Amino acid sequence: MRKTPLYEKHVALGGRVVDFFGWALPVQYSGIVEEHLATRKAAGLFDVSHMGEITVEGKDALKFINYLVTNDVTKLVPGKVMYSPMCYEHGGVVDDLLIYMYDENRFLLVVNAANKDKDYQWIADKSKKFDVKAEDVSESYAQIAIQGPKAEGILQKLTDVALDEMKFYTFKDRASVGGVDLLLSRTGYTGEDGFELYLPPGDAGHIWDELLKAGKEEGLVPAGLGARDTLRFEACLPLYGQELSEDITPLEAGLDFFVKLSKEDFIGRANLLEQKEKGLKRKIAGLEMVEKGVPRHGYEVKSQGKSVGVITSGSFAPSLEKYLALALLDSDYVEIGREVHVDIRGKDRLAKVVETPFYKRRYKK
Amino acid sequence: MNIPENLKYTKTHEWVRVEGNKAYVGITDFAQGHLGDIVYVELPEVGSLVEAGEALCSIESVKAASDVYSPVSGEIAEVNDALEGEPGLLNEDPYENWIATIEMNNPEEVEALLDAASYAKHCEEEEEAMG
Repeated sequence: MRKTPLYEKHVALGGRVVDFFGWALPVQYSGIVEEHLATRKAAGLFDVSHMGEITVEGKDALKFINYLVTNDVTKLVPGKVMYSPMCYEHGGVVDDLLIYMYDENRFLLVVNAANKDKDYQWIADKSKKFDVKAEDVSESYAQIAIQGPKAEGILQKLTDVALDEMKFYTFKDRASVGGVDLLLSRTGYTGEDGFELYLPPGDAGHIWDELLKAGKEEGLVPAGLGARDTLRFEACLPLYGQELSEDITPLEAGLDFFVKLSKEDFIGRANLLEQKEKGLKRKIAGLEMVEKGVPRHGYEVKSQGKSVGVITSGSFAPSLEKYLALALLDSDYVEIGREVHVDIRGKDRLAKVVETPFYKRRYKK
Repeated sequence: MNIPENLKYTKTHEWVRVEGNKAYVGITDFAQGHLGDIVYVELPEVGSLVEAGEALCSIESVKAASDVYSPVSGEIAEVNDALEGEPGLLNEDPYENWIATIEMNNPEEVEALLDAASYAKHCEEEEEAMG
């Protein structure tokens, strides 16, 4: 297993280390529910150094990325961050990513750890027709996320950057935090306000400790992959391999807002347009268990004994105290209030379709 | 880790307390610690029959579903309904909060279970194996 620069910290903090797509990372420290609730109420500190970073530079950088992804990158300005799916020609998803714009000739793409090599290959391949150079720079970055309503106050103790002026989905290329020059963005994957720090691996341990110290009074806790998953799940942020995959298009995943079919041509456009025009046969919907039980990834969803879909993510939702799921359902079954059954290890349990997101926090506008 | 002296244990991390012909069954401190936050307990049905080593019920933590195996054979006499509303009781005190009682039809089975010292050794070995 590969270790992040913070591995020793996780062990010292009592983190339970697991194999996450080849990375040794803590699934939890004190407990998933406790870390989840602390992040919602105060703040959580996450090691996300396993994420992949790819730079795209060159004269055609803007044009190329706009061709590569479904969102409209021409709407980006330097210092802003954009979320977008990146599709195959058939409309299935290669990965979903964050796009950081330094200037129109230089971008940073942040991709899922499990997809990094595949993504880089794909991007490098597609870049051949453009005057750009893509480079996998993942080894140059550790990444730490501080998330939750107290994140701004805690981080402010370590930096002169006026954080209250930083809007959600913006970044500072060179921010000094705890004496370290790093890339700081107001982004995250928890449904809370928060920041992500991209920094040299050698400085990660120092900054991790400084943040924990700075946030002690406010209730900052180290949080593992388990809480990261339940937090993003409650906020209905998609997870690649579950709500998104090679076999699920962003339209089916309900990410229409991030698919700009009217912009210039991009990979997957023709098939996504056709799918939209013909109407979706299936869609991601939210489910709440009416009868108790924990719905999990891969469980079948049924109506009158017949299969109508599959659970993509499911869990006990710690902040909402409900058993909830996201499911890819036949479009005839997605209206709010519709009753279906989830096959929970051989037993059919009643559930109903509910609104998403399950949890909604107002971000820093 | 808490391993009370007066109980018997299985290698699959259940405990048994015998009162006459009745066995109280629960999961150990080791089990609850490794499962993490328990969010649902699917209790067995009163009156159903179980064999030693068979699945008695299942427990769901945030991350996964796990089976609880019956340490003894017999008929389910009672279930701890409190766990339905508050599954986290198993994390708080796994020995106070039993899952079910079993009217044993072969009480000698208890003899074959581990005592506290042997169980403690078994847990150490598992910890080592898990790294």
